[in-house]
Amino acid sequence: MKISLGAINYCWDKATVEQFYDKAAQSQVDTVYLGETVCSRRRIIKFQDYLTFAKTLKQSGKNVVLSTMALIEAQSELTELKKYIDNGDFIIEANDMAAVQLAKEAKLPFICGPTINNYNRASLDILHKMGMQRFVMPFELSKTWLETVIGEKKPGFEIEIMGHGYIPLAHSARCFTAKHFNLSKDNCETICQKHPKGILAQTQENQNLLRLNGIQTQSASFADLSSEITHMNDMGVDYFRVSPSHIDCVELANGLVNKISDPHHNSANENAEKADVNSCNGYWFGEAGLIKR
Amino acid sequence: MELLCPAGNLASLKAAFRAGADAVYLGLKDDTNARSFAGLNFTPEQLKQATKLAHSQGRKVFLTLNTYPKPGEESRWYQAIDLAAQLQMDALITADISLLHYANTRYPHLPLHLSVQASATNQAALDFYHQNFNIERAVLPRVLSMKQVRDLAKCSAVELEVFAFGSLCIMAEGRCHLSSYVTGQSPNTGGSCSPAKHVRWQEEGNQCLTRLNEVLIDTTGMNEQLGYPVVCKGRYIAEDEAKADYLLESPTSLNTLSLLPQLAQAGIKSLKIEGRQRSPAYVEQVTRVWREAIDSYQNNPDAFKEQARWNDTLAKVSEGQVTTLGAYERQWQ
Repeated sequence: MKISLGAINYCWDKATVEQFYDKAAQSQVDTVYLGETVCSRRRIIKFQDYLTFAKTLKQSGKNVVLSTMALIEAQSELTELKKYIDNGDFIIEANDMAAVQLAKEAKLPFICGPTINNYNRASLDILHKMGMQRFVMPFELSKTWLETVIGEKKPGFEIEIMGHGYIPLAHSARCFTAKHFNLSKDNCETICQKHPKGILAQTQENQNLLRLNGIQTQSASFADLSSEITHMNDMGVDYFRVSPSHIDCVELANGLVNKISDPHHNSANENAEKADVNSCNGYWFGEAGLIKR
Repeated sequence: MELLCPAGNLASLKAAFRAGADAVYLGLKDDTNARSFAGLNFTPEQLKQATKLAHSQGRKVFLTLNTYPKPGEESRWYQAIDLAAQLQMDALITADISLLHYANTRYPHLPLHLSVQASATNQAALDFYHQNFNIERAVLPRVLSMKQVRDLAKCSAVELEVFAFGSLCIMAEGRCHLSSYVTGQSPNTGGSCSPAKHVRWQEEGNQCLTRLNEVLIDTTGMNEQLGYPVVCKGRYIAEDEAKADYLLESPTSLNTLSLLPQLAQAGIKSLKIEGRQRSPAYVEQVTRVWREAIDSYQNNPDAFKEQARWNDTLAKVSEGQVTTLGAYERQWQ
């Protein structure tokens, strides 16, 4: 089992993003995903910047994947997607069927991200025939689901689980961050940069419920399945993904690399968010996603 | 332009046809469709009856098979496709690629409509389903502006169907996990969003607390209109605020009556009315209004005017008695 870093779902400033990928290049993680997955109005980091980060990461010996948008609504976004597909060097993570289509047209292999609706083996096998090399399990599915799918016959594609991070739950045409500040989507001032972890939303009983991250709605708490790593490895999961919520997630990912190579290794991360009673792991155990366990 | 109406049971189907629907969509009595509620939907025998009835009146009937088969249980979905083909239903509305593949290879003459649950919002995604599974129509998720719908219609290789009226999903359908996050039940697999068994209304003093799997979705005064409790239409407290507010959307329904001319000019093939879980009376009222509106437009496009009485009728059956254009209107986004 290898550790991967997912794409940054938030709108971080350029200096922070540069620092993050510098750290990732020095880290022990196997694979780094990068690219804009949430909103085409975020232009602080441009495609060319991602390509520059990708090349640096590759030179440091990392496997690099370019992640693409989850919700594609306009021709201009397809044009941008085409740039990712035609990058000539790196495999892409498709997060919308548009990316699957464009990769297939270009006869390129691809990885299916978690927002591609893969709910059964037959669908996975069809996509595998089309060039899918790996799939990231959709967030709401469980360990039991995966056991059933793998149990049918050993798959010819790889499996990745989002094991640590805030869970993207939905995407909308509406930008909730802009709405909250009474801004229109077209004049949003990229206000989401001021919220590097989204805006926390609580119920009227002060239960942490959601995070508003532009057009994306996330879980309020993060999932942390690091205690399941050994089990995942035994099941045949190939990658455990850390979805960045903070620059220190690189250390956290490093700690997991050590944990895999030495299960008794104490991987306490002083600065990283640690597993605590607040992590929401319900999905993996076949329960409501927000269940804490 | 086709008027496509919901039929949760035989009474609703008859009501829809009586009021002028061109076609209805319906599902089987199980979790193979995303409106899997107790007391709703059709047995195979009733489906046969429904198809016969529709065809005898020169109308169409589409089978909704818009959930994703669970591993090890796929046969129920395949059997539903076999049944639709055997009954010569007019189309299958489905999202999962293994089902599209099965239907397209076994029953090439059974028209395939891509369900909104497939979340196809752009030309490349539509091409994917058209080229690989020969879909002839796609239902667009409620996330596109009118301009985006128009642009897509210009280049789409398949017919387009849009939601014209009814409950408003504000997230890209088919990829929304809010229901499974709070209740454990996903529309994609369990066949419904925020199932009623998880809803609890609690009176506390002069307030009503709306709970979904015990999570407090909203607190309302006794005389306030209550919408059906879904996570995206609750009132929550943002981290930088003291007071709860509708951070995502308020209880409201979609009503695109004012867009009718634009949708027609864009070449939209079908207008879909949401509400398989609603009563036959709702189906009849809404269908009647839309039939009249479509006919009025088609008889004289230049003179088309929205009638106040149409919107009055529609508002009465809307959630919170409030309607919106939702994402069709850029300002809403």
